[in-house]
Amino acid sequence: MIWRIAVQVFQRDLRLASRQSGEWLNPLIFFLMVITLVPLAISPEPARLREMAGGIIWIAALLAVLLAMDGLFRSDFEDGTLEQLLLTPAPLPLLVLAKVLAHWLQTGVALTLLAPLAGVLLNLPSSVLVTLVLSLLLGTLTLSLISAIGAALTVGLRRGGVLVPLITLPMHIPVLIFATGSIQAALSGLPVVGYLALLGAFLLLALCLAPFAAAAALRLAVSGS
Amino acid sequence: MLELQNLEAWRDDRCLYQALSLSLQPGQVGHIMGPNGVGKTTLLKQIAGLNAFMSGRVRWRDAQVSDDPQRYQQELLFLGHLAGLKSALTVAENLQALAVCRGMVLSANQLEAALERVGLTGYDDVLVAQLSAGQKRRVALARLFTESPLLWLLDEPFTAIDQAGVAELEGWLADHAERGGMVLLTTHHRLSLRCPITPIELIPA
Repeated sequence: MIWRIAVQVFQRDLRLASRQSGEWLNPLIFFLMVITLVPLAISPEPARLREMAGGIIWIAALLAVLLAMDGLFRSDFEDGTLEQLLLTPAPLPLLVLAKVLAHWLQTGVALTLLAPLAGVLLNLPSSVLVTLVLSLLLGTLTLSLISAIGAALTVGLRRGGVLVPLITLPMHIPVLIFATGSIQAALSGLPVVGYLALLGAFLLLALCLAPFAAAAALRLAVSGS
Repeated sequence: MLELQNLEAWRDDRCLYQALSLSLQPGQVGHIMGPNGVGKTTLLKQIAGLNAFMSGRVRWRDAQVSDDPQRYQQELLFLGHLAGLKSALTVAENLQALAVCRGMVLSANQLEAALERVGLTGYDDVLVAQLSAGQKRRVALARLFTESPLLWLLDEPFTAIDQAGVAELEGWLADHAERGGMVLLTTHHRLSLRCPITPIELIPA
């Protein structure tokens, strides 16, 4: 029964997303806009673009995820769904995980699908695209899980928008460093397994801890309202 | 069945209530009264288990609720100021999703019967965003019939409900009590039920 509840929370969020396409399209458009503006603003020279491509794509992806995460729990909090979720027999961390996964499909996975296009736009050689996609798959889920803590902490605040990135940015930085490191290594023909393994380790750590932290913050938010 | 022992709640450093104890038996309707801001909603949330800033004990079926919260939560339904409905989903999808959260699956007949009772026949495929405030409240109240909980915790259930609806809802409260159910509600409306009401008066500290 607990699994059925988690699956239904997951499906409900996906169904809501399919009816309100604006919410998940915005971060993707933001991502593509940053990618297209960089050659115009910095330099259209292919060699320079290739050098910076990994960093630019990752910064844009990080900001896009942060932009999207603010609303993760807000609508549930405002319409009372969150109160009802707290009263279900399923453990709250599991429901948080279901919500984060549904949200990740709309942000992280969608960004990952767009990334090869962004890579080609920025003149990344096709041999590096695989590393780019893998680093984004592992990294964006970690970013989503960490941001969920911030989103849960600020859900009760009327203007919590800027606080989420501020609270969670220090925890995003290791992901950013190792993800861009993997792309640089792939560009110079060095092995990337070590970088990806570290990203995987971050992901496992976030999977184990973030749902519990976010669930505790949500309980506080509902108690205080 | 439901026993509250020494409940206490604070908002910032202001005490809302202290040493609040009461018990509710099957067939009882408890009416929580008191002026605005005295802590009626806080009390209901505390009983439902939504308030972490609490002290005191809630007992259900002669056992501590904190020992087996799942079982307790399956038998209660809390309807707060917020309806808990998603406006981008239809009435049927909302009720179905909420029932699944309790581990139930609604058949089409159950759904139709519940909507008929709350006067929303034929609205199952309508988006909640398109309903009026009173109709939304009625959809939330339909959960009393789709999920058939034993303990009803209703926070201002009469808000936005029309006069005929008020009489109907009073009828449902009495029916539920006569079938051995329990109700705790807050309202400023003067209740006229055909069954006895237990008044619970909160006075400002």
